Amino acid sequence: MEWLKQTRDWLDERFPVMEFWRGHLSEYYAPKNFNFWYYFGSLAMLVLVIQILTGIFLTMNYKPTADTAFASVEYIMRDVKWGWLIRYLHSTGASFFFVVVYLHMFRALLYGSYRKPRELLWIFGVIIFLLLMAEAFMGYLLPWGQMSYWGAQVIISLFGAIPYIGNDLSLWIRGDFVVADATLNRFFSFHVIAFPMVLLGLVVFHLVALHSVGSNNPDGVEIKSKKNDKGIPLDGIPFHPYYTVKDMYGVVGFLIIFAAVVFYSPEMFGWFLERDNFVPANPLKTPEHIAPLWYFTPFYAILRAVPDKFLGVMAMGASIAMLFLLPWLDRSPVRSIRYKGWIFKTALALFIVSFVGLGYLGTVPATPIATGFSRLFSVLYFVFFLAMPFYSKWDKCKQPPERVKYK
Amino acid sequence: MSGEEEVDKNKRRILLAAATAMGGIGAAYVATPFIISMDPSARAEAAGAPVEVDISKLQYGQLLTVEWRGKPVWILRRDAEMLKNMMSLNDMLRDPHSDELSQQPVYAKNDYRSLNKEYMVMIGICTHLGCAPTFRPELGPEDLGPEWKGGFFCPCHGSRYDLAGRVFAGVPAPSNLVVPPYRFVTSTRLLIGVDPEHA
Repeated sequence: MEWLKQTRDWLDERFPVMEFWRGHLSEYYAPKNFNFWYYFGSLAMLVLVIQILTGIFLTMNYKPTADTAFASVEYIMRDVKWGWLIRYLHSTGASFFFVVVYLHMFRALLYGSYRKPRELLWIFGVIIFLLLMAEAFMGYLLPWGQMSYWGAQVIISLFGAIPYIGNDLSLWIRGDFVVADATLNRFFSFHVIAFPMVLLGLVVFHLVALHSVGSNNPDGVEIKSKKNDKGIPLDGIPFHPYYTVKDMYGVVGFLIIFAAVVFYSPEMFGWFLERDNFVPANPLKTPEHIAPLWYFTPFYAILRAVPDKFLGVMAMGASIAMLFLLPWLDRSPVRSIRYKGWIFKTALALFIVSFVGLGYLGTVPATPIATGFSRLFSVLYFVFFLAMPFYSKWDKCKQPPERVKYK
Repeated sequence: MSGEEEVDKNKRRILLAAATAMGGIGAAYVATPFIISMDPSARAEAAGAPVEVDISKLQYGQLLTVEWRGKPVWILRRDAEMLKNMMSLNDMLRDPHSDELSQQPVYAKNDYRSLNKEYMVMIGICTHLGCAPTFRPELGPEDLGPEWKGGFFCPCHGSRYDLAGRVFAGVPAPSNLVVPPYRFVTSTRLLIGVDPEHA
């Protein structure tokens, strides 16, 4: 095996292979008490890889023009060998991306992973979330079905609500007076090149920030404050092999569920692929009921809850801007929900109800009752964030332990 | 010159700032063609040519949809009762007298928002977020309430317009539907996309 070592040394003198391996895997110390919630970071990476790989192969057969797009997707589904599988992996992957990312973000909310010194780590994450929404939105236009078309028409019109420059801005985004061939073609370019590149760059930033400050953990105590004489955190274990193996276990579990959806219910009863999108885009007729895909509906419900175009768009923007402010809104003396008091737990429970409620309401037609509930939940959504500086301070917290515990 | 001579840091700073500023200006100039390339192309702008429509077969209460600049343009023939019902709605509307000038040409700023009150011409795109509202001519249907005198209802976010495309108060849409420029070539032929000759 001498030749193997020699090859490694040869490489190492020219490229920092071992330094990278040690710094990020074999000697990157993560807290020993990670639980179920800590699967979703690595799963998000897995889905990103799935999306990039399947996307490359879809691009080989997809044609981004208004005349050919719809038919080329059907061609992929019917005539391209295994095309249906690649397409369903991609469309299911998009929804699972959001499942995983929402759970990943919820984990941060539970354990205060956005708190100092991880503010920037969190902000990179929120930017990734925003880019992911843009990426998903533009990808959804590509099949050129009725929902693709009218969804894009509605979302691009949101920019028209901005005073003075709004109309020119939405004209510039569309490249035509309505959503048209030009729009489809440029969204294709953004979807397959521009956004994935930026997204990958930000994932690197997210990981560099993480590995520089170190992972938080379910107890929210800083493991770096207790080190042994070699400078290794007492409660840290090397990421490889401990967490690589744990994450592989998570990958297997995830893929079982993912495959079940891909093979048995890729449309997920209209939640992952909407019925109206099996009808080719018709610029003269809006579908009876427009709803975005499930991962946008909470924000869409906030938009609809406000009876004024400009203020509605502002409210929707603000609902996402809240996420950026989160590290500075939380003033609790402890990070983890395990040691927070009843006020925070109640607030979080109400937030979950509002978010899920808004998510549901965003899918149903705007009846007076639905609008009433949307307004209530929108208010609760904002109160969770805006009142946090106060209630997180008043809350009676428990004293966190000195060192992490298994639980 | 000796190597220990004082470095003029001020000079360096000025040169650095000047080079950065020039580089920035250059970058802005280079970015311009890329940004402008995303505006509607010459072909997209040329596709906005006027469209001629034959309205001789249009019945009372019937809605005709034609395409102009890729947008749906509605032509609705209103009967006397429709026109009468519309006038009773003024109190419930946001802009009953079409005071927001960008929403129609001057010659359509009147009670009926049209050149000939029988024929309503407007762009069928909701001023809220660009959906196409549905034509609901019936009186007081169950889902729209007993007050409904016929008009257009946007299924996306529930905006309501009357038969002249005037928006109701308290709905998400901020303004009346847009009336495009149009003229009567003859009494039964419309040209959409150009103003009347003597307007």
